[in-house]
Amino acid sequence: MFFRYLSRELRRRSRQAFVVSLGLAVGIALVVAVSAMASGVEQAQGDVLHSLYGVATDITVTRSGAGQGPAGFRVGAGEDPQRISRDQVMTGPGQAPFDASEVDEIAGADGVADAVGGLELTLIHLNGKLPTFDLGQGGSTTGTNAAPQAPQSVAVTPGQLRVATSSLTGVDTSNTNLGPLAGTRVTSGRSLDTGDAKEPVAVLDADYAAQKDLAVGDTLTIRGTDFRVVGIVEASAQGSGGSDIYLPLAEAQTLAGLKGQIDTVYVKATSSQTIAAAKRAIQKVDPDATVTTSSDLAKQVTGSLSSAANLASKLGSWLSIAALATAIVLATLLTLAAVGRRTREIGTLKALGWRTRRVVGQVMGETLVLGAIGGAIGIALGVAGAWVVTKVAPSLTATIANGPTLAGSGGAAAGGDPFSRTISVALHAPISGSLVAAAVGLALAGGLVAGLFGGWRAARMRPADAMRQVV
Amino acid sequence: MYELDDVRKRYGNGKGGVDALTGVDLTIPAGEFLAIQGPTGQGKSTLLQLLGAMDRPTAGRVAYDGHDLGGLSERELTRLRARAFGFVFQTFNLIPTLTAGENVETALVGLGVHGSQRRARAAAALAEVGLDHRTRHLPGELSGGEQQRTAIARALVKEPRVILADEPTGNLDQDTRDEIVGLLESLWKTHGVTLVVVTHDDTVASRAPRRMRLEAGRMVDGAAAA
Repeated sequence: MFFRYLSRELRRRSRQAFVVSLGLAVGIALVVAVSAMASGVEQAQGDVLHSLYGVATDITVTRSGAGQGPAGFRVGAGEDPQRISRDQVMTGPGQAPFDASEVDEIAGADGVADAVGGLELTLIHLNGKLPTFDLGQGGSTTGTNAAPQAPQSVAVTPGQLRVATSSLTGVDTSNTNLGPLAGTRVTSGRSLDTGDAKEPVAVLDADYAAQKDLAVGDTLTIRGTDFRVVGIVEASAQGSGGSDIYLPLAEAQTLAGLKGQIDTVYVKATSSQTIAAAKRAIQKVDPDATVTTSSDLAKQVTGSLSSAANLASKLGSWLSIAALATAIVLATLLTLAAVGRRTREIGTLKALGWRTRRVVGQVMGETLVLGAIGGAIGIALGVAGAWVVTKVAPSLTATIANGPTLAGSGGAAAGGDPFSRTISVALHAPISGSLVAAAVGLALAGGLVAGLFGGWRAARMRPADAMRQVV
Repeated sequence: MYELDDVRKRYGNGKGGVDALTGVDLTIPAGEFLAIQGPTGQGKSTLLQLLGAMDRPTAGRVAYDGHDLGGLSERELTRLRARAFGFVFQTFNLIPTLTAGENVETALVGLGVHGSQRRARAAAALAEVGLDHRTRHLPGELSGGEQQRTAIARALVKEPRVILADEPTGNLDQDTRDEIVGLLESLWKTHGVTLVVVTHDDTVASRAPRRMRLEAGRMVDGAAAA
């Protein structure tokens, strides 16, 4: 009787049932789609971190300070004073190197599964001809000479200088499962391994190698040191991040003049749930350190990824909440109106001896079914929306200006600021089981709220009150 | 069966309140067929509601089988309605989405009768009022007379001790009216139920052995008509 009566009632009021279900469906669809996209944005933020620090890295530890900063270039003795070709290797602004022994302390912190040190550097290559200053009194000097005589006139011949920036990372070859190389895939040759610790070898990013026309077996010269290219890699994560040049840590330290120093510790937490706890533990171990998780990194990111994150967290959330609330209010009002129209019917049932609980159950059953139908349609619409987003996979860019690292790829060179980098990631909208379960719960809750109000009104009806409408 | 002692019913409070019953004294023995007449708005339907445990009096006592209905809890009143009283309304009050058979079944829901037994009893009740061929029809597919007969079957199916009918022929033409009154009279005789019919129709009232008149909320004529 319960289900027969329920289904017939819903069929009788099919138009109203359709409106209620559709309203709930739109609300649920928005919740599902927006949540899926928010989850995708979160995943993209994770990709940005992984692209910067390797797929296994949950946390990075750096230390702020003056850093080495950009330095001047001196023309060496015996060279053409007007032509230069020089490399400068340095850590980034605001990033201070620290003793490599801190890795062990961090590795021992609670919630930390593994930790490895690295040295993220920027290689600035200056190449070309310096400008010429032709002094009116007959003297001539280049921009590198100091103390010019006070000239009456100066004729300047512009130089032709090209500045190229590349990222260079010193990798602890004893553990490449964590850190920058963990986020890469070997496309040619091999990766660095334990045996390379003190060898002048290099692994190059595929884009950088192509740009420099280098292949496995070729030699890369940095500050007069020849490095044999043993492998070419590309980022295996979604992001196009990663370093241009990977060297054994000791070699990078030598190049930068930072013996026994690192500037980044890559940390893997024991689980994704313990990241925050691990961060606190690391801060306890090393109060001076800057400890960055993917969610911290997200705050430093600008670009369309940041806009998408804001859109998902602010507009999207409010839109879905507003739509769902409107749908529930609509469902409640329509249910109240429907119960009001059924005064005679409900009064009759009570006069026949139906208990109030049974009448309320009948009303709530109807709204719960509407909630379930709305939920099913809403989930289908939401999943379809998320599928479209995943299929289209719009590209989002994340720009980290003066971020915690100097590591940069070709993107850094293309930008005006050599210390910022832009990473592009594809947006997906993953649908999880828990999201679907939450959507089902919300839809049923919507139906339940409408049913509670409708049931409340039905419960207040007395058989005599109902009869009074007709007698 | 019924003992009504100075029963009063007032709707609303203060000056805006309406006195529907102003002191009704009435005794209805078991098995009686009583017709209550009177002009519209004189309290007939209110009296029927009190007899059917659908409402409580403002003052006075409505006793059914010695129990003061005004003192019973809502749950006890519901149980009493489910077991003892069958109602027949002027506008039939059938659930429009349920078939005639299902409408009759609704009267057994409160008694906890389940499944096939409920269907069998509903079918038997419909057969008794001559509607066994209409069991699967919706109210909208039935004539006015058939709808009222379905409502009578619904009142009858629980085997009540009392059938309370409120203007049962008010929405019917003359031929159908006679048919319905005849049916009620026949059921009263065969089932031995107490039948209380509220009507302003003299023809209907004339079929009752006892007729009462209600005016301005009081019984003004307690003489037997027959």
